[in-house]
Amino acid sequence: MHELSIASSIVDSVTESLAAYPGARVVEVRLRVGALAAVVEDSLQFCFGLATEGTPLAGARLAVKTLPVVVYCVGCARSDEIVGVQSLRCPTCGELTMDVRQGRELEIEAIEIDEAEVQV
Amino acid sequence: MTTRIVELRQGILKKNDELARALRGRFTAAGVLVFNLVSSPGTGKTAFLERTLRTLREGGASVAALVGDLETDNDARRLAASGAPVRQINTHGICHLEAEMVGRHLDGWELSTLDYLFIENVGNLVCPSSYDLGERIRVALLSVTEGEDKPLKYPTLFNSADAAVITKIDLAEPCGFDREAALHHLNEIRPGIRIFETSAKTGAGMAEWLDYLAAERAASAR
Repeated sequence: MHELSIASSIVDSVTESLAAYPGARVVEVRLRVGALAAVVEDSLQFCFGLATEGTPLAGARLAVKTLPVVVYCVGCARSDEIVGVQSLRCPTCGELTMDVRQGRELEIEAIEIDEAEVQV
Repeated sequence: MTTRIVELRQGILKKNDELARALRGRFTAAGVLVFNLVSSPGTGKTAFLERTLRTLREGGASVAALVGDLETDNDARRLAASGAPVRQINTHGICHLEAEMVGRHLDGWELSTLDYLFIENVGNLVCPSSYDLGERIRVALLSVTEGEDKPLKYPTLFNSADAAVITKIDLAEPCGFDREAALHHLNEIRPGIRIFETSAKTGAGMAEWLDYLAAERAASAR
């Protein structure tokens, strides 16, 4: 259940970024989450709702893009997606590889905000 | 109202990562080798660490430990019986240790006088995998009583580990533990991982583990 810690970290980071946009309201937060990041989306969605209450993120949508694991195989000299996360083998030749090129991400990609009208 | 997309492209756990990086710098400068021990509750991290601390101290090494738990200081008291300085970190409901908690519990310790520092994480095989504590070596432990498929169930944690310790091997036979399958699963998820098969009760496998500690310490001092 580290999803609550993760949701709180998202709120902190986004709130910091909002300093440049006074009065703005967050409509959507877009995440990139690797399959190896051990994040349960349902749980994160639930915790995000709790963590955003009373913050400038209240009511914002959370869009989670899940990224499959991609490994690089030296023998085949290519990167490829693997199915699942339990066996780090090149899908072409079947050799084990530790070179994970994608799948560990836990990132905020972007936020969509509604900016307040500037009073002149 | 105008709608705008603001690209952030930043790690969600950026703050923890930055604190962990600073800690790693401090540990390296002080010449102390730091381990983060992670497992389910009940794997035997504390018994394994008790024996490790005691044996290292008998060999003249300077060691210390931080131990994380939701509540109670039972583990810290057990570990302190080895004579090593030990501090308890109570997370009060948080299911993993974070770099900030580690940093806060180092006050007053002269890190440069230590050879090894062990951080025993909260018993949990999911959450600790995302939180770097500034350790040099992450050790994932699994006991024979938990079953050989543990690495398949918690691939993220085993993938993030530098070494694996199988505990309670004195119980392997009564538990019907499939050793070959366990070693296979570990190697599929973390190819080339160093694996130690140990019993804190009988001392089996502890010599190999202690040799590994000494070799890593020598390598880190270079």
